[in-house]
Amino acid sequence: MSNFLVFVEQRGGCISAVTREILSVASCLAKEFGVEVHALVLGDDMLASSSDELTDYGADRIFLAEHSDLGTYLGETFSSVIVSTVKLGDYRAVMFPATAMGKDLAPRVTAMLDTAMATDVTQLEVSEGELEITRPVYGGKVFAKMRFTAFPAVISLRPNAFSSKKSSGAGHIKNIEFSLPSTEGHRVKEIETLGRKNLDVSEAHSVVSGGRGMKEPGNWKLLEDLRDALGPESALGASRAVVDAGWRPHGEQVGQTGKTVAPKLYFAVGISGAVQHLAGMRTAQTIVAINKDADAPIFGVADYGIVGDAMEILPILAEKVDQLNSEEY
Amino acid sequence: MEIIVCVKRVPDTETRIRILEDSCEISSEGVKYITSPYDEFALEAGVRMKEAHEPVCLTVLTLGDERAQENLRNALALGADQANLLRGSLTMDGLATAKVLAKEIDSTKPDLVLFGVKAGDDDQQQVGPMVATLLGYKCATNVSNFEIHESVATCQRQIEGGTEVIELPLPAVITVTKGEFDPRYPSLKGIMAAKKKPLVTKDVEVPESRLIMTSLEYPPERDGIHMIEDGMDGIAELVQLLREEAKVL
Ligand SMILES: Cc1cc2nc3c(=O)[nH]c(=O)nc-3n(C[C@H](O)[C@H](O)[C@H](O)COP(=O)(O)OP(=O)(O)OC[C@H]3O[C@@H](n4cnc5c(N)ncnc54)[C@H](O)[C@@H]3O)c2cc1C
Ligand SMILES: Nc1ncnc2c1ncn2[C@@H]1O[C@H](COP(=O)(O)O)[C@@H](O)[C@H]1O
Repeated sequence: MSNFLVFVEQRGGCISAVTREILSVASCLAKEFGVEVHALVLGDDMLASSSDELTDYGADRIFLAEHSDLGTYLGETFSSVIVSTVKLGDYRAVMFPATAMGKDLAPRVTAMLDTAMATDVTQLEVSEGELEITRPVYGGKVFAKMRFTAFPAVISLRPNAFSSKKSSGAGHIKNIEFSLPSTEGHRVKEIETLGRKNLDVSEAHSVVSGGRGMKEPGNWKLLEDLRDALGPESALGASRAVVDAGWRPHGEQVGQTGKTVAPKLYFAVGISGAVQHLAGMRTAQTIVAINKDADAPIFGVADYGIVGDAMEILPILAEKVDQLNSEEY
Repeated sequence: MEIIVCVKRVPDTETRIRILEDSCEISSEGVKYITSPYDEFALEAGVRMKEAHEPVCLTVLTLGDERAQENLRNALALGADQANLLRGSLTMDGLATAKVLAKEIDSTKPDLVLFGVKAGDDDQQQVGPMVATLLGYKCATNVSNFEIHESVATCQRQIEGGTEVIELPLPAVITVTKGEFDPRYPSLKGIMAAKKKPLVTKDVEVPESRLIMTSLEYPPERDGIHMIEDGMDGIAELVQLLREEAKVL
């Protein structure tokens, strides 16, 4: 019996949305294989409080690793706890979110276990009785399907690429024992966070991205209004041209040298659609392009397009979206 | 101080990628190759450390074929002191690459090893932290800026919605992302000097890949674009379509 182990990413005591997505796909696969889903939670306090939610998304066993030194993420300590948990079980795959934390953590775990890993996976399925992953390569220009010959396979899953579905698991809780490595001066000195409004572009369900066609930084108010109309699960993105011009922070850049995003809805406003930009957003579910040039390459990947002046379209669009969303209440 | 920067030769980001028929390989015909963009940031960081902390010996290291000499020469022109080509086949198994690089790095025991956060072709974001783990070095990933004082690297690591400031005692591995280290262009003087700098080639054995590619495909075609009239009515229609057809609102 080879089970699935899911690393639970928490922020400020809340389970991240991508963790629910991973649990959902893991429990689907576990059913096909007739095995269990185990979830591992690391932190400094009150870990059991998240167990109901984990159970609702399919966790059969929940391992809690509680220690005062696990309140802040540090790759060295986290990887050590994960590896000791993996070694206690028999796992087909260990799954992580493809977030800054997961991407730092999963390769360390892979090296410690001397196994193989696939990053930023967008599809997971069972084919001929084996686990098969799909991941974009060459800036998303092609998709590769791969299988593993070393186990447990380590997999990180792209946020928003899988949908979260409830399915209750057995939810047995266990506190695990572990020892922490000495970190010898390796430490997180401080964390500077942006406000709540600035949900990260890589995790948002809807993204409103602006490019050089927005003309000047002052016009971002128009994009912000659309983002606000779309609700709390939305964020701003940007092309490299406007990041390089200093109009927007690099954290918002989408593309080859920025973030890769897979939101449900992506607005490209005043963005021409250079290949390097497409590399970061072509796996979005629905793409809307607004550009005054009918020949802009962005129209080649978009699902919906309007040829026109963004400055005139945005205020109306924000208003219509806002109306639609407020009708519901 | 000894610094090693690992760079990889990859297809240019603009290049059209064509899959060879009935295979899991891409055609190399007409493909232009470059040094992976993030590795250029890492190299720039290495050159700046060298400028700030003389004496530094800055080595560039790559695993690849003969053609990667071009990328190494370019790195020498930008300010590296010496270059090392490990001649062996590229693999999509990140740990196999990491093992080969770690073995070479371990033979010189540098103070700092710099990587790009990800390679422009397979985009695995694995090799840096794997090398660190194999060698027992401290490691920070996705770093947009860092400084070194008295054998401690203070790094700004980019995370969702913010920045972490991390301290790492050397020896350390840092994977560099876009931020402070905008790459410079090689000067004519640099290009001339590069011709005389040492570039050593040696053959290596790359462990067998434990990831097997079963297919390589173009992304699924989108259904085609639905163009919408500009103006009040068109925008109202768009919002309706996003709600009812695309079901994303
Ligand atoms: C190695 C490398 C890495 C790169 N990485 C990235 C990356 O990560 N992300 C990225 O985005 N780019 C990246 N680039 C840059 C990329 O090649 C393009 O230069 C960049 O994406 C262009 O940004 P843009 O679309 O905002 O600007 P432009 O190409 O200048 O496009 C502006 C668009 O706005 C439209 N427009 C103008 N006025 C209006 C108006 N009033 N209303 C509506 N539309 C209007 C124009 O028709 C035009 O299509 C990279 C390049 C290289 C070489
Ligand atoms: N063949 C290689 N030779 C040298 N460095 C490499 C090689 N492959 C990957 N790297 C380094 O590891 C980083 C991350 O690569 P990857 O894990 O493949 O995304 C790259 O940016 C390079 O710095």
